[in-house]
Amino acid sequence: MLVGVANETALPGLRVKTGLAEMLKGGVIMDVTDAAQAEIAEAAGAVAVMALERVPAQIRAEGGVARMASPKKIKEIMAAVSIPVMAKCRIGHFVEAQILQELGVDFIDESEVLTPADELNHVDKHAFRTPFVCGARDLGEALRRIGEGAAMIRTKGEAGTGDVIHAVKHMRQIVKDIRGLTVMGEEELYVAAKGLGAPLELVRAVAKTGRLPVPNFSAGGIATPADAALMRQLGAEAVFVGSGIFMRDSTEFAAPAEAAARARAIVKATTHYEDAGLLVAASEDCTGAMKGLAVAALEAGQLLQTRGW
Amino acid sequence: MDATTPSIGVLALQGGYAAHAAALADLGQPCREVRRPQALDGLDGLIIPGGESTVLLRLLESEDFFARLCTFARQHPVFGTCAGAILMAARVLDPAQPSLGCLDVTVRRNAYGRQNDSVVQTGRTLLPGPDLEMVFIRAPRIESAGAEVETLAWRDTSPVLVRQGSHLAATFHPELGQDRRVHRLFLDMVAAHAS
Repeated sequence: MLVGVANETALPGLRVKTGLAEMLKGGVIMDVTDAAQAEIAEAAGAVAVMALERVPAQIRAEGGVARMASPKKIKEIMAAVSIPVMAKCRIGHFVEAQILQELGVDFIDESEVLTPADELNHVDKHAFRTPFVCGARDLGEALRRIGEGAAMIRTKGEAGTGDVIHAVKHMRQIVKDIRGLTVMGEEELYVAAKGLGAPLELVRAVAKTGRLPVPNFSAGGIATPADAALMRQLGAEAVFVGSGIFMRDSTEFAAPAEAAARARAIVKATTHYEDAGLLVAASEDCTGAMKGLAVAALEAGQLLQTRGW
Repeated sequence: MDATTPSIGVLALQGGYAAHAAALADLGQPCREVRRPQALDGLDGLIIPGGESTVLLRLLESEDFFARLCTFARQHPVFGTCAGAILMAARVLDPAQPSLGCLDVTVRRNAYGRQNDSVVQTGRTLLPGPDLEMVFIRAPRIESAGAEVETLAWRDTSPVLVRQGSHLAATFHPELGQDRRVHRLFLDMVAAHAS
């Protein structure tokens, strides 16, 4: 099935897709809901912005079906900044992805934060010229998405909570799963691939290199400079910060000056993630953090991370 | 590392620093990640990677880093790729923004379009050997270059690899390919500058 491109010969290799992900390393990708927020994010040093109708905390609070942002909103954000613009499509909704590709966004996030559109299938991401990022909770899920053509993996964490606990859990799980493969004999990799539910060739590649074949970022509950540095020290090559920058709580936006200060502080902490002196400075620069929602207090049905498989 | 191995830094504020470190490792060259200005001390040469030039400029605002990098670049070999080339250019368009100004070129940001226009191409080069494979990611374009700037590779008719004295810049990403001729050239420039 070729749904994403008009001309198959124009399909570039994965290298051009992962190449952009390489250029985002060490950076912060920020969720924004309008041009004004996008400008604040860019001025604060965001490496890219994620154009959304509502940030995850609002989606969680307001409920309803969460869909791709309107093209008008995405165009407005693309016109406002010179940095890459990403946008989310629903899991399996390849027509939303076609629309996002046609709009010219720089990365598509096939995201569990939106309401899934297919109970079985994710988007065939090889069929698109635009690169995709997908969420994962463990190595098997990461490699299934890469097998489908994802050019970047991020932890799912638990979006819209401001609670970093599951971003930590998922990053630790992925790193542990990778480490496990590196000490296996060739004959053990067949069983490992079966257990992971992942393509054998990708399992072999990870066993050989000790890393994912695409950049490995983190998302889902990162709200403070210390959270961002924590995920970097655990192995994330860059971080996504969603509700943590522009939200005061689940429904109220923070004042622009407060959001800008938080954004700058999180950028600084992400770059200098191993420099304790600068992490103190970044944490001091940060006025307040979103109130947040403890993941442990959520019912199973309220979790976004269990969407996708 | 023996006494003749130069000390090379890679600016690691944000961007493709890991890929450059890997490319240098292919050549047996270790490197130091540079995140604060004091890490420039004692370096024989610096690579400024691709990434977002707006982010690099923002992170260079602290600790007088920008001024110290300007001074370093005047005195030492520097190699910039993509955003690094934008940072080195004397003049930047779309939008106009500050730069180190150590390379006499005018660069237009994202001149070929967005990510959907990113591409791998093979182009003519003056480097010894076959044509050069070039990975362009949301690439800038060198719109004009001063008389002292030497062009070493082209995309169609536009210069994409340029050299002026001990400064080298590429609008593409040699660190994302397998061909190590561009990094080898930079190490040769560092060695020539030191002697």
